[in-house]
Amino acid sequence: MIKEITCIGCPMGCRITAELDGDKILSIEGFTCNIGKKYAQEELTVPTRMVTALMHICGTDQPLSVKTSKPIEKSKIFDCLKEISNHYVMRPVHIGEVVIKNVCGTSVDIVATRDVE
Amino acid sequence: MRNVDILIIGGGPAGLAAAISAYEAGCRDILILEREENLGGILKQCIHNGFGLHTFKEELTGPEYAQRYIDKVLEYGIPAQCDTMVINITPDKVVTAVSRGAGLEHFKAKSIILAMGCRERPRGSLGTPGWRCSGIYTAGTAQKFTNLKGLMPGKRVVILGSGDIGLIMARRMTFLGAKVLACVELMPYSAGLKRNIVQCLDDYGIPLLLSHTVVDIAGRERLEGVTVAEVDPKTLKPIPGTEQYFECDTLLLSVGLIPENELSTMAGVKISPATNGAEVNENLETSVEGIFSCGNVLHVHDLVDYVSEESAKAGANAYKYVQGQLSREEDTLEVENGFGVSGAVPQHISKDLNEPITIMFRPRGVFKDAQVCIDVGDVQVATKKSRILTPGEMVTLKFSPEYLRKNTNADKITVRVEAQQS
Repeated sequence: MIKEITCIGCPMGCRITAELDGDKILSIEGFTCNIGKKYAQEELTVPTRMVTALMHICGTDQPLSVKTSKPIEKSKIFDCLKEISNHYVMRPVHIGEVVIKNVCGTSVDIVATRDVE
Repeated sequence: MRNVDILIIGGGPAGLAAAISAYEAGCRDILILEREENLGGILKQCIHNGFGLHTFKEELTGPEYAQRYIDKVLEYGIPAQCDTMVINITPDKVVTAVSRGAGLEHFKAKSIILAMGCRERPRGSLGTPGWRCSGIYTAGTAQKFTNLKGLMPGKRVVILGSGDIGLIMARRMTFLGAKVLACVELMPYSAGLKRNIVQCLDDYGIPLLLSHTVVDIAGRERLEGVTVAEVDPKTLKPIPGTEQYFECDTLLLSVGLIPENELSTMAGVKISPATNGAEVNENLETSVEGIFSCGNVLHVHDLVDYVSEESAKAGANAYKYVQGQLSREEDTLEVENGFGVSGAVPQHISKDLNEPITIMFRPRGVFKDAQVCIDVGDVQVATKKSRILTPGEMVTLKFSPEYLRKNTNADKITVRVEAQQS
């Protein structure tokens, strides 16, 4: 089976063609750097994504923007969003501060991307 | 009237980068005027990641990227006046501004940097029939509601236009629990970055309908639905019989950005019809001496990293101008948009160019296995191969001073694409 993947490692958006036999990767072509090769391998095995989201702050309507500390498995995105939306955060909070540890039982944390005094 | 060496209009990514670079070049009399309450511009609401890969070699979210520049501005103690709206600029660089705190103010600047950015094309410019019901927003307005105000614009969404903000909002609305029915694009190709199509639409099974448009809007008080039809790719006219109805309460528009150049025009700056931004030379200086332009007000960029890079140049050059060290050549070569090229910047290059510069442009269509060529007069001086060129992704070319020496009799420079249009 031939699978077409568009690399999202950078704005180049290289078109990568992979040949698969079931779960086995036979060949990967079309990438122009190692990021692309690695991305294609991951996409074909365990795809991951960085997730950015909004979180409640106690005592204000304005949300706090947050992100995952590293990419999480694509299949866990909506569980992760649900856990984030169930949390409230206290002020002050600063960029880089961990607001949820080990989201959805993964080794990934949720960190603030904005300062709120 | 207050005197200032460099006055920067706009405290977004362009204005911040220009201010920092002018300061680092030695300027100690800089003032940033910003219309909103806080610095950072549109980055404040762009909470998704992907910023800064070029500049910082890491992926940041918009607010994080902006904060790095804001922190620098604070560290250097560069004055920035927020909540202040510039309402006039004269060709001799007198700037009029209004604010709640100071009322009406006049500034006399030695140099001005225009860094006002863009606004979104509104519904009115589309001519789509229908009532003026609620539920129709530009994608950026909806983004401000969700990301800064914590408000949800609607539950069932159709997106018209496939610009990057529209794609990003398709994912955001999905994350926030809305159902995004489709992203509808008039052209046969997307206006957004490929990676946004993958990450924001494909990942969540949102269909991208190319060569389609919204032909009717239903609903009187609140939007009830939109009718989408296929268009002829050549004439862009709807094809009768292809209409489909989407029941939705929200229509987001991501149909292009317009550089906000009203102030530039007041200052007498010449505007290019190709970019809707100022015409500039290789120093990013406009047709009015001492007024510089950078960032999205000059031409719409794909990446904020390029905005920062360009604006840093404008900042450094503005300080050179203040010190009387920037020569302004009236003897320039015009940069012409050849086949497949639109909006090449800069529009003018000095015949005495002494350091390499960057020419940026947008392809006029989708080209595969293409070659971008630079001609000086009728001599081809450089080529760059590319597997694919699309209007959604800006092309950058290095232009070295040696190119000019290959044909000293030339009267213009042409940038063009050699390829078969696909």
